[in-house]
Amino acid sequence: MNKNHRVPSSRSLNAVEVKSKFGAEFRRFSLDRSKPGRFDEFYGLLQHVHRIPNVELLVGYADVHGDLLPINNDDNYHKAISTANPLLRLFLQRKEEADHGTFGTDSLTRKKNTVLSAVLLRPDHNKKKPPVIISLPKDFRPVSSIIDVDILPETHRRVRLYKHGQEKPLGFYIRDGSSVRVTPQGLEKVPGIFISRLVPGGLAESTGLLAVNDEVLEVNGIEVGGKSLDQVTDMMIANSHNLIITVKPANQRNNIVRSGVGGGGGAASGSSGRSSDSSASYYGYSSHSAAASIPPHIIQNFPVGELESDEDEEDLVIEAGGEAEPIRHMASNHSMSSLPRYEPHLNLRTATTSTFSINTNGTLPTSGSSSSLSNIKATTPSPDRAMERGSLEEDGPGRR
Amino acid sequence: MRAFLEVGIVLYTLVSVLGSFVKTVEHGFPHQPSALGYSPSLKLLAIGTRSGAIKLYGSPGVEFMGLHDENAAVTQVHFMPHQVELVTLLDDNSLHMWTLRGHNGLSELLEIGRFTLTGPPGVTRVTAVLAHSSGELLLLGTEGGHVFVVEVPGFRELEERNISLDQVSSSIPDDYIGRRNLEHVEALQENPVDPDQVIIGYGRGLMVIWDLEKKLAIQHIPATQQLESVCWTEDGKYILSSHSDGSYCRWMVGGQDMNEEEKSDIPYGHFPCKAISKIVQLPTEEGPPFLLFSGGMPRASYGDRHCITVIHGKTHVALDFTSRIIDFFVIRDGPQRTDPSALVVLVEEELVVIDLQTEGWPIIQTPYLVPLHSSAITCSHHVSTIPLKLWERILAAGKHQNAHYSKKPWPITGGQNLAPDPPQRDLLLTGHEDGTVRFWDASGVCLYPMYKLSTAGVFHTDADPNDNMNQGTEGEWPPFRKVGCFDPYSDDPRLGIQKIHLCKYSGYLTVAGTAGQILMLELNDEAAEQTVEAKVVDLLQGQEGFRWKGHTQLDIQEDPVMFPAGFQPFAVVQCQPPAVVTALTLHSEWKLIAFGTSHGFGLYDYQQKNSVLIKCTLNPSDQLAMEGPLSRVKSIKKSLRQSFRRIRRSRVSLRKQHLQEANARLEAELAEMELAPVQRKIEARSSDDSFTGLVRTLYFADTFLSDSSHNTPSLWAGTNGGCVFAYMLRLPSVEHRADEPVTAQLSKEIQLMHRAPVVGIVVLDGHGAPLPEPLEVAHDLARAPDMQGSHHLLVVSEEQFKVFTLPKVSAKMKLKLTAVDGSRVRRVGMAWFGSSRTEDYGESGLLVLTNQGDVHVVSLPHVKMQVQYPCIRREDVSGIASCVFTKHGQGFYLISPSEFERFSLSTRCVVEPRCLVEAPLHSGCSNQHQSQPDGASSTHRYINLEVSLFSSSKFTHFTSSALSLFNEYFNRISILHVLHITIIDML
Repeated sequence: MNKNHRVPSSRSLNAVEVKSKFGAEFRRFSLDRSKPGRFDEFYGLLQHVHRIPNVELLVGYADVHGDLLPINNDDNYHKAISTANPLLRLFLQRKEEADHGTFGTDSLTRKKNTVLSAVLLRPDHNKKKPPVIISLPKDFRPVSSIIDVDILPETHRRVRLYKHGQEKPLGFYIRDGSSVRVTPQGLEKVPGIFISRLVPGGLAESTGLLAVNDEVLEVNGIEVGGKSLDQVTDMMIANSHNLIITVKPANQRNNIVRSGVGGGGGAASGSSGRSSDSSASYYGYSSHSAAASIPPHIIQNFPVGELESDEDEEDLVIEAGGEAEPIRHMASNHSMSSLPRYEPHLNLRTATTSTFSINTNGTLPTSGSSSSLSNIKATTPSPDRAMERGSLEEDGPGRR
Repeated sequence: MRAFLEVGIVLYTLVSVLGSFVKTVEHGFPHQPSALGYSPSLKLLAIGTRSGAIKLYGSPGVEFMGLHDENAAVTQVHFMPHQVELVTLLDDNSLHMWTLRGHNGLSELLEIGRFTLTGPPGVTRVTAVLAHSSGELLLLGTEGGHVFVVEVPGFRELEERNISLDQVSSSIPDDYIGRRNLEHVEALQENPVDPDQVIIGYGRGLMVIWDLEKKLAIQHIPATQQLESVCWTEDGKYILSSHSDGSYCRWMVGGQDMNEEEKSDIPYGHFPCKAISKIVQLPTEEGPPFLLFSGGMPRASYGDRHCITVIHGKTHVALDFTSRIIDFFVIRDGPQRTDPSALVVLVEEELVVIDLQTEGWPIIQTPYLVPLHSSAITCSHHVSTIPLKLWERILAAGKHQNAHYSKKPWPITGGQNLAPDPPQRDLLLTGHEDGTVRFWDASGVCLYPMYKLSTAGVFHTDADPNDNMNQGTEGEWPPFRKVGCFDPYSDDPRLGIQKIHLCKYSGYLTVAGTAGQILMLELNDEAAEQTVEAKVVDLLQGQEGFRWKGHTQLDIQEDPVMFPAGFQPFAVVQCQPPAVVTALTLHSEWKLIAFGTSHGFGLYDYQQKNSVLIKCTLNPSDQLAMEGPLSRVKSIKKSLRQSFRRIRRSRVSLRKQHLQEANARLEAELAEMELAPVQRKIEARSSDDSFTGLVRTLYFADTFLSDSSHNTPSLWAGTNGGCVFAYMLRLPSVEHRADEPVTAQLSKEIQLMHRAPVVGIVVLDGHGAPLPEPLEVAHDLARAPDMQGSHHLLVVSEEQFKVFTLPKVSAKMKLKLTAVDGSRVRRVGMAWFGSSRTEDYGESGLLVLTNQGDVHVVSLPHVKMQVQYPCIRREDVSGIASCVFTKHGQGFYLISPSEFERFSLSTRCVVEPRCLVEAPLHSGCSNQHQSQPDGASSTHRYINLEVSLFSSSKFTHFTSSALSLFNEYFNRISILHVLHITIIDML
């Protein structure tokens, strides 16, 4: 890393010139465009070059349109690197001093109307409207996603609902019903569980990914076949903080199309796939099953073994006289334990099954335990095994 | 050394898989009995039930059970005279032959044949059965009036011997009215002195004495009333018949042509009477005979009574039972086995045995078949290995209460009990709706009542002391005498017992009830008069906006109350608001009790008689808990019950039967209302949900709460909302215990993020074993806990098992249940599993019962699921709710309001009947019918499970024997599961 330090901008196409401003100070360095690394490394680098190791930062950059946009995860970091031509202008702010309204369109150059913005927004409206505010990263949170498209039959849809302790209720009801299965003996009527009602304004409704009469096939990777309505209800509630339900949609016309054609996949990400309403994509193209054609930022592969995620399940321990501290689990892949945590965009990796408490003074457990935990995580094929491994670690460092 | 290691591994493996799950014995009184039979030669009693079970009882400990494959009610049970076979008749008109077969020195009840008469059901429906004294014939009277003769045990129809209606009616005198239609065969009886003669009684009233050899009618007895029963007197000279109009007649048997009735009487006559359903006359050696009959009460005034009348000389008593009479028989004693010694009556809810040889005809205490539900069971508590001293004191207290029972030994003495003496003394305590706590000896096969504690005396209740149906006024006719203890009516539902905790070392008992009352009791061998100190505890702690809409609290008797010897209350805590006590625990060493309701919990020092701590757990937005909707539901029931009671008081004639039906209907309606929605809402639990503050569990522990070098006493409380509170307790030194205050200080509060109700809290010591009970170590009965290694906290919620480190509470391990298979923890208990091979080896495990009715064993301290067995049907909500685990891997649950099923997960601790019944000596014929009938045999539940998993040290042997065992009892999934675990552990 040190050699990057104060190296004048390289003329080669592979290098990205970085000009970083923090307060009145500037730092210049360069990055390899092809190997940008991860955001947390980059973040550490910024703290290092500005010699502000313990200051929490908001990182923003000026994009091609002159908008100030945030860098807070791998995705927008890579975007920033790839779009820099060639200079990447960074603006660092102390987190506590940060002006939350700074990010957004026109935030850097309020007077200048770019061509793109003129196309996207009608000019007459644009004048009256306040600039679009891009809120802080913490306000961004995925509420739902379609996952495992590449391994599921096209008639099925695996939907992940992120509850995250937000106010919005999950908001749906399930009922008993019967469904028809194709068996070697022919068609067979079997009992099934169906979505019976969506609460208006609830999370389930707002995603647009679930609908009344969709048949529920799995809850967090476990088949519901043979289970009673009450059992399935209890399973869903027990997993409500991170609910993954595999459904067979009642309306099969909105299925995700597995083809590289058009922007269909992209449209499917937002709401229930408007573009695939066309008859051409009615049953999809099963021959085009290359996973590469799926836009990577929309559909993630989700290993079945990780379906049972323990993210954000943090028990709260209140020590007498002290204030509440959540028992945090270590974000497992941090290289520097002093880094602030962030919520990776659509991070679907499971955390470990163990959790840690933070002392009242706020210090974190030592990195030794975190590395041992990341070991567990790395070899976690199933929750059960993780549990066993976890139990082997019972006298690991960092406790008591 | 290597061999030793291998054995060690195998042992560990076997202990971890625990091996067996067996339902061993059913305690209590069978639900809905429908038939009674008795074998004077075997001295065995048989009861058939409406669910198709057949149960045999002999001397205490001798029990057999069989279940018919058909789910039909057993309507008749007949032992084959002088044999070990018996015949049952079911609702579906099938006959079944059962036998007690010896196997490995033990007897087992096996079904060896079944038979159904062929023909149109209107003709061949069996209405009367006579097991002929030859032991080879069965006479079946049918609805069509024919009598079929069948050879047993093979059930071969002897068509040439059948007695058809035509044969009989052709010989009927022409002047008999209604000879055209004799109706069904109501009764079949054999002449006691001439086995060739049988009497056939037809429904219309006609009786015919038939000679089986000569195949002709000897005599016709032309009774004109509908026939109910027939009895042939011992000497064969008379026949008694009872009729539907409440009359009975005595007829002379013999050559006279007149066929005149010798005597006819309507015992409770003048006004119309109900039918006499059964009549028996028995001679005595010297003196007048006994006449016993059931029913016959005046229809208008006492038509609702369930009575058996016993007349002996000048003594005439109408025994008044509290539930419907199923059947009765008389046991005969004396040198010639003629003197009636005991009357055994099976009524719908209990078995009553009356000593007919002692003055006053007292009741003989039954050693089994005791109605557990004489008042409805509301909770139960099991205490293992009771010290002998306490055991004897409880027994002594119980003896005082049983003074009115007969001193005679139990008269049903068949069979030999070969079960080894129970290794330990176990107590099962049941709390009842009427405020009583019953102590049962649960050490062995017979659940024997030891002592009954009533808490009602402490309070003023609205019970009317004059409301007693027992009181028979002088000169009342009929001369009623109330017998039996089944009395399901609770005078005040607030008295109901909800939680029980007994300390077996100190003899302190605490019980808590429906109206927030907590009683502290101690065992006193003498009766004593004392005033009970009450302490009202306000659990709301100034919480605003609250209005309790439930029942009021109970009023304490201010005057000194006379308490009989036994457990006597010395302190009472009353929670305010008076909600149901939902958690209770006692620490006799620290002399503290902790209790919780839906509003909060409290800690009470029963030595200084003051409250140490009160904590309100109520969520201010939780309106439901505030108003107490549970009690509102209860109050509907209560008001209904009260109005019913009012009706009962005013109108004596209201039949209890109807009352129960009405109650059942109401309950069914209530249940239906709750089950109505067919869709389920999926919503994450939030802190605003109702009843999050309800305290589910309380636990005392001496552990490292604040720092890892000093252990302190602590109190732990878990709520419905997934919250755990930990308090550090400061106890004064022993010499200052009486005057210095005990203090409690909040030390930790854990909010489980999944917010599921916390149903269990346990602290594990340095070895991963649960902390011993208070005083256990002091009495040298448990190893002192390991205070060197670090302690761990195990929190069991309805959804997860979670282990935290102590003193710093950080999550270490967890096991998810609900998220994985959708089941929830309903009951949890700690158990010690001893190996049946090595005395000193064993493991602690967590026994878990889920709402799916499955029993799981979870190993400690690693919280790993070991085995899973289906135990209770998932629909049987009350059975699941009633389950209680013992400390040695057994458990009890209610299979009906009156019966506990006992099950065992431990191989060392198995309580099951092991008994032998031998065929009577004077009948050599019993062994010649041992041949297996083709395909009809089926094994039933008391096959002795000799195959113990610990009985083999070789792993292969284990798997093969276990597999054969499991194949029969459990589904394959659990086998695979077991084997999977085993193999993993082996590797």
